Amino acid sequence: MDDNKEKRGGHFYRALFWSTFWISALTVGGGFVIISLLKTKYVDEFGWLDDKETLDLAALAQSMPGVMAVNASILLGYRMAGVPGALTALAATILPPLITLSLIAQAYEAFASSPVVRLALQGMQCGATALIVSVAVDLVRKKCKEKQTIPLLILVGTFVANFFFGVNLMILIVIDGLAGLMFLQGAEAKQKLDV
Amino acid sequence: MLCLLLFWEFAKIGLVCVGGGYASMPLIQAAVVDTYHWLTLSEFIDIFTISQMTPGPIGINAATFSGMKVAGLPGSIAATLGFVTPSFILCLILARLLLRYGSIGAIQGVLNGLRPAVVALICAAGLSFIALTLFDVDRFPATIAAMKERFDPKSAVILALAVVAVRKKANVIHILLACGVLGVALGMIG
Repeated sequence: MDDNKEKRGGHFYRALFWSTFWISALTVGGGFVIISLLKTKYVDEFGWLDDKETLDLAALAQSMPGVMAVNASILLGYRMAGVPGALTALAATILPPLITLSLIAQAYEAFASSPVVRLALQGMQCGATALIVSVAVDLVRKKCKEKQTIPLLILVGTFVANFFFGVNLMILIVIDGLAGLMFLQGAEAKQKLDV
Repeated sequence: MLCLLLFWEFAKIGLVCVGGGYASMPLIQAAVVDTYHWLTLSEFIDIFTISQMTPGPIGINAATFSGMKVAGLPGSIAATLGFVTPSFILCLILARLLLRYGSIGAIQGVLNGLRPAVVALICAAGLSFIALTLFDVDRFPATIAAMKERFDPKSAVILALAVVAVRKKANVIHILLACGVLGVALGMIG
């Protein structure tokens, strides 16, 4: 991670704010879903960050206190444009729930029992599913191309432990961090060419 | 005063909750229901349900809704800002440290170990989401019969269309909106 705080213009902040705002407003689901959607915007569409930085910051966001999606937007915003970037991304993440819930609080019963709302949310969940699966497939494919044994072992082991055995995320993060510390200190030079 | 208290209480929750939105719910309950009696338990359960239903991070939703119930719009703003302030400060410190010391071998090693872990966790979240979308449970049903019984064909159609749109690199936000509209349309027909 080098040249932080590149000069960013008004256009950048507008694009950052609105893309983050709409993703926060429309995404049903937790931290890793929002990270995947932010990645499709920040990395795949705008090219503001690369995969590697996004994954690093996602791991940090998960390890910090607070809500992962909020931590992720702060860290990614900071990485892209320093403190102004972090503030922009944070505001864009928390404003949609603030607006949505202010409206819902006025008419809770009507909202909670409305079939239209339920159907729309179910539909949006399908969209979020398609997006996170696409991001997952994309990232796994890139990891496989690297052909490095230990990262692949970590990937498979973490997946199995989490999905099939429900092992706590924090425990997995600590174990994988230690595994990296012990076995992957020199791996950097090789990886730089790829992801 | 109430708003300051809300800010302070949610700042404490934001500081100590590690491990995602669900982990914050018992802490929020302890503060707003048990300690201050701002809300009854049944109101709190409503908040939990609403937070799960609405888009956006569940912890933020819960903070916003609690603040709203306790002290209206100023309350919701105070609670939400309180909840994210510790995250903001800690993340900025961490990001600065990472920029300064990130090139150290040991830290690179840890990050090299965490990167595949995050990919794995995204995969796990993706599979849980497929199960949730197609069968309305977060684990795949154990038997074919149970799968058949729970299968939701409308969601499967929307999911398939969304996958095509994603592969064609359509705009993420348009995809989510279109899926919401499709959900309503298909639901109304059926």
